Amino acid sequence: MGFLHQRRGLAPYLLLAPGMLWLAAFFLVPLGFLVYQSLQSGNIDFGYAFTWAWGNYWSAIKGYRGEFERSFEYAGLATVIALVVSYPVAYWIAFRGGRWKNLLLLFIVAPFFVTYLIRTLAWETILSDHGFVVRLLTDIHLVSPGGRVLATGTAVVAGITYNFLPFMALPLYVSLEQIDQSLVEAAGDLYASKWIAFLRVTFPLSLPGVVAGTLLTFIPAAGDFINAQLLGSPTSHMIGNVINSKFNELIDYPAAAAMSFILMAIILGMVLLYARAVGTEKLTG
Amino acid sequence: MSEYSDFSDRISRKVFLRRAAVSGSVLTVPGLLAACGGSSPSAGGTTEAHTLAKTLHFSNWTLYIDKKGNQHPSLNQFQQKYGVHVDYTEDINDNASFFSKIEPDLARGQSTGRDLIVMTDNSRYPSLLVNKGWVEKLDKSAIPNIKNLIPQQRHPNWDPNRDYSLPWQSGFTGIGWNTKLTEPVTSMGELLGSKKLRGKVGLLTEFSDTLALVMAYNGDDPSHITDKTFNKAIAVIQRAVHAGQIRQFYGNDYASALANGDLTATMAWSGDIVQLQADNSHLHWQMPDTGGDIWTDNMLIPKGGNVYTASVYMNWVYTPRIAAEIEDYVNYVCPVLGAKEVLVKKDPAIANNVLIFPTKQMLDNAHTIDPTALNNEKYQTTWQNLISA
Repeated sequence: MGFLHQRRGLAPYLLLAPGMLWLAAFFLVPLGFLVYQSLQSGNIDFGYAFTWAWGNYWSAIKGYRGEFERSFEYAGLATVIALVVSYPVAYWIAFRGGRWKNLLLLFIVAPFFVTYLIRTLAWETILSDHGFVVRLLTDIHLVSPGGRVLATGTAVVAGITYNFLPFMALPLYVSLEQIDQSLVEAAGDLYASKWIAFLRVTFPLSLPGVVAGTLLTFIPAAGDFINAQLLGSPTSHMIGNVINSKFNELIDYPAAAAMSFILMAIILGMVLLYARAVGTEKLTG
Repeated sequence: MSEYSDFSDRISRKVFLRRAAVSGSVLTVPGLLAACGGSSPSAGGTTEAHTLAKTLHFSNWTLYIDKKGNQHPSLNQFQQKYGVHVDYTEDINDNASFFSKIEPDLARGQSTGRDLIVMTDNSRYPSLLVNKGWVEKLDKSAIPNIKNLIPQQRHPNWDPNRDYSLPWQSGFTGIGWNTKLTEPVTSMGELLGSKKLRGKVGLLTEFSDTLALVMAYNGDDPSHITDKTFNKAIAVIQRAVHAGQIRQFYGNDYASALANGDLTATMAWSGDIVQLQADNSHLHWQMPDTGGDIWTDNMLIPKGGNVYTASVYMNWVYTPRIAAEIEDYVNYVCPVLGAKEVLVKKDPAIANNVLIFPTKQMLDNAHTIDPTALNNEKYQTTWQNLISA
């Protein structure tokens, strides 16, 4: 009896063990190493040594505040635009998609069959100065004659929005799809207009999807550097570009590690505030 | 082999590399453990014996050797003659990521598993490898053909006697422009200041390329950089960036932007333009009136590599007939005397192209960058902040 009882007590931990080991090996250990490296000083010629070099953090914040701010600005804009664009799409697929649902979802995921890099490079061609998009925008006076879209901050935000859109649309779809239609009908029976029923019933019930979608979009977008590198100009670079150049070009591992850690800490802080504002239960649905 | 049938495979090496490099830096976490290994000066396995190894492990850049189907004829001939199989790997996509790939082994004093690598002297890495003692001295007794090295390449300031390196190929940095969109742009002054080109000008992300051309334009010597000349050059570039003259700092992708008209004029590598001209006759390339820049990809033997076998191979490459065979495919600047004479009969279009076999005047007008500046952390940081921030 006692043995069985003991075994039953152990079971959850045993089931958790593979996941925990995975987390430890591929997240906690590298994270610890990141912190360790971020507090080193020296250079590639003479080697790096651990010296509690907190200065790496200060110089990262002091020297690259603009890039940090721009990263969050671009990621925030892209997240909001992705939400505004995907919500109606997800709503329509969930409630009006009928037997085409799976096909329509496939359309959203389809671009993922092409690698990230190629998709972004394609936008270089689409937004090219002599391409039809710019010509059209010039014709309707959204772009001044001789102006451009490529190599601007706008192009970077557009690229990020495009690349992360499925991360927004899919969670939205899942949460909308789960909504019990009879609740909406009940709202109607209680004399709610369609708009009020949406605001008071459908939208609140879809919040877990909104929260999951915004997090899945914002977090990777804030650290992105490909879009800024390929679609941006020298004045629209993000913190990811700086980290990339510190790591790969300057071989300044401590500075790169400190910046990565700051970026992670800020994102974590923002996520916690966000979770508190909308309620933690929304995170888990 | 007809020069037309395989021309389509010759996508610009640089364009290809840029793409590969970007994806590479997303997917790999290079050198994460690099700092862990202490540096020990004694790398194992230095063989002085004059016996050939069974296999030569050769790492090179993509599309950088003669090719016929899946075969590399010049390597096959080497195997036939010396009985050494060449394990040829195209695993170098850019200098920085390749260095971070081999650095952990070198820092621990272990062999990288390679006998021959190719790195560019306008990056900091060749001189860094020499200074750290991470490359083997060439066995010059096995390289009598070293006499075929063009005179301008014999004494680079980072390896003054070519004790550690021999050029594989070189390239020029100058100005490329699209004749459909602009009059010839032949000076750095026009490139950085002409109102007509505003927002349509590209500069290169490579420190040495851009700095060398701007310094030459300032009347300073790029091969002896001082704080004063460096700061002056940075200020000139910064002014152009802030005025909106510069569209972007480009790696190899300037080529497509120039070809599709997003760029009217840009700093450009000669080899790219040779290849682009095949499809677009409106593209032109010239060294700026104040001088261009020459960079060289160098063969090096990393510590632990088989010195004798690698040296015998270098000697083979410096045979004019073999150099010509490689050149006919690669189309960068050939460092081997006599290769041109071989090609005059075989492929005169290549032999007479001054971007492949440059004139003496061009070579004399091409600067090389000060290698100490490449390893100057302050300069590098300032530069990276300018282009990526």
